[in-house]
Amino acid sequence: MPEPIMLELRDAARHFDVSRPLLQRVIAREDKRILRAVDGVSFQVPKGTTLSLVGESGCGKSTVARLVVGLYQPTRGEVFFDGMPLAEARADASKRQRMQMIFQDPYASLNPRWRVSDIIAEPIRAFGLIRDRRKQLERVGELLTQVGLSPLDGQKFPHEFSGGQRQRISIARALSSNPEFLVCDEPTSALDVSVQAQILNLMLELQKRLGLTYLFISHNLAVVRQVSDRVGVMYLGKLVELAPSETLFHTPRQPYTRALMEAIPDLEMTGRTRIPVGGEVPSPITPPPGCPFHPRCPLANERCRIEVPAMIPARGTPETLVACHAVEEGRDGFLDGKPRLTPEPA
Amino acid sequence: MSLLQVQNLRVEFPTRRGTLVALDDVSFEIAPGEVLGVVGESGAGKSMTGAAIIGLLEPPGRIAGGQVRLEGRRIDNLPYEELRRIRGRQIGAIFQDPLTTLNPLYTVGDQLAETMTTHLPIGPAEAKKRAVEWLELVGIPAAAQRVDSYPHEFSGGMRQRVVIALALCAEPKLVVADEPTTALDVSIQAQVIALLKNLAREKGTAMMLVTHDMGVIAETADRVAVMYAGRIIEIGAVREVVKNAAHPYSAGLMGSIPPISHRVERLQAIEGAMPRLSAIPPGCPYNPRCPFVFDRCRVERPELMPAKANRAACWLYAPEEAHRLQESGLA
Ligand SMILES: Nc1ncnc2c1ncn2[C@@H]1O[C@H](COP(=O)(O)OP(=O)(O)OP(=O)(O)O)[C@@H](O)[C@H]1O
Ligand SMILES: Nc1ncnc2c1ncn2[C@@H]1O[C@H](COP(=O)(O)OP(=O)(O)OP(=O)(O)O)[C@@H](O)[C@H]1O
Ligand code: SF4
Ligand code: SF4
Ligand SMILES: [Mg+2]
Ligand SMILES: [Mg+2]
Repeated sequence: MPEPIMLELRDAARHFDVSRPLLQRVIAREDKRILRAVDGVSFQVPKGTTLSLVGESGCGKSTVARLVVGLYQPTRGEVFFDGMPLAEARADASKRQRMQMIFQDPYASLNPRWRVSDIIAEPIRAFGLIRDRRKQLERVGELLTQVGLSPLDGQKFPHEFSGGQRQRISIARALSSNPEFLVCDEPTSALDVSVQAQILNLMLELQKRLGLTYLFISHNLAVVRQVSDRVGVMYLGKLVELAPSETLFHTPRQPYTRALMEAIPDLEMTGRTRIPVGGEVPSPITPPPGCPFHPRCPLANERCRIEVPAMIPARGTPETLVACHAVEEGRDGFLDGKPRLTPEPA
Repeated sequence: MSLLQVQNLRVEFPTRRGTLVALDDVSFEIAPGEVLGVVGESGAGKSMTGAAIIGLLEPPGRIAGGQVRLEGRRIDNLPYEELRRIRGRQIGAIFQDPLTTLNPLYTVGDQLAETMTTHLPIGPAEAKKRAVEWLELVGIPAAAQRVDSYPHEFSGGMRQRVVIALALCAEPKLVVADEPTTALDVSIQAQVIALLKNLAREKGTAMMLVTHDMGVIAETADRVAVMYAGRIIEIGAVREVVKNAAHPYSAGLMGSIPPISHRVERLQAIEGAMPRLSAIPPGCPYNPRCPFVFDRCRVERPELMPAKANRAACWLYAPEEAHRLQESGLA
């Protein structure tokens, strides 16, 4: 039996009006400028699993995260949490408590005037989870230890901590109300690899033990490979590929996904030069017609310039959903046995 | 001659419960055109080192000992105004937190233009033109259209790129870059790294590059310093430090890099946590976590000494402990 669905987005979109002030616009005879940060994204996250979102900076990942926790209203489409429209779920404290977010910017998300112990205890108090003051502090101490800090650190203020220590404080805060669903936007970007491994191991262990569900956002593809069940690749506000994690790393299909894999940094220092994704990054204010990737795509043809590709099962790897005409038409070279981009698992 | 010399730098934080030593006897140099990577445990003092060099330690933190020299001239004891001028013209700083650098009330274009007109002999029109060029250089799409945007209208990674452009646009001699690429996708990251490298090679800019991303270190740095508990515990050529680390902490750190080629059951990590500043043990600060610890480590503090092809602060590399080094398997 398939797992019940924790989160579902149906054609969710979020646009921003970034026009210049009306007067200037009239003088310059300019139209309104609408920025399509997220433009029609659909996916499901089954309970107890991790879906990761990857993609170019500015492609809309954090905007999806903010839609999911209700910080932005969708311009179009719907978001469901545990089978319920998000607005209804957010209005219900017992549901709200089950959902937390770790923000991309560990600096902006901690109240500078609060002691760390109060920051971490805030969700516990807000939802009335533990009433006894001493028990609250015990729980805070336990959380601080779990993220590699000391219970004594609770007495300090955020500015007394390094970037990575602050990031760990926001992780401890997000975990404090025992959420079942966590949105993690670059949760370990400020951590050294050893502390990062400790935090990721903690997250994976909580998932195994308590069945947590994660929506995970990261630029670090090695980290994404370690934590994900499925991975979605975004490009210019749209999902262009969605696949089981191992399938995606093994056989990326969409040309942008393939380019992304080629650009992974070279730790082996073999002298391989990274191939950055070629061409200009298009503007989300005036996205290209047809497939949004066509101005940079080596496989683009006439159809790509006109028709927006839909997300459909890929030929050859049907567990992959991919939005690409070349894959659909079988002219992406996959069926002729194109070499894999990362080595076979050992 | 080195462009930047840091000698025996010590930074202290006086607190109610006594003085915390955040940096303890930190020394290194950077030559013109050289990129020094700085890595290490979260909280080890990397950002603090950068802040001390550019004279922006947050009070009550203060330099309690040692010297910082730029082109041979001491800059750690200059009056505030003079240091501020040097900072603007000769040192570019990229902070870990992009929002503190950007003024939310001004457009990104105005901020770039203002920095350039203050420090370069150019007028406002030229500065505005160059602002667009800088945004293009750091990979902001439709730069001409977005030059008039406010910082909050940019994504995390786009803001980070604006901060990079701000630090570089006045053509400084030294760039202190604290986590400049964390919010960037791998492709933009490659572009920014190429930009930083070109600056170092072509203009002879010296660079201190703090990052947790070993891929970035491997591609950009010439030498690497590894920090732990306020000290440099290993320093050497990038290849030697990443591929053949001498210090047990560095070796543990490099062993914790998550693999990209396959999924593992459990990620490798160093057991335990770095001590708090108020509880750094005597002797070697890594001794509570070190698998090779022996009596001397708990009493005597190791200084940097030749270790493999690098220099490391670890007693295993003292000539008289050669037998222990053999047993450790680190050799
Ligand atoms: N409040 C806002 N007003 C106007 N534009 C916005 C706003 N928030 C985001 N945007 C724009 O929406 C697009 C997507 O931004 P978002 O923060 O979702 O990107 P991201 O994928 O998280 O990028 P990064 O990896 O850099 O964090 C960007 O072009 C950004 O400039
Ligand atoms: N204002 C302050 N008062 C007291 N201690 C401080 C203050 N600011 C920083 N510290 C401490 O100084 C140490 C060094 O901090 P620093 O910011 O240099 O770490 P870092 O190496 O940059 O870490 P990260 O990788 O997490 O950014 C940390 O242990 C931190 O807790
Ligand atoms: S649809 Fe066309 S342009 Fe888009 S990715 Fe596929 S081949 Fe390239
Ligand atoms: S000095 Fe001793 S405790 Fe410190 S790293 Fe070397 S062996 Fe380990
Ligand atoms: Mg983001
Ligand atoms: Mg730091």
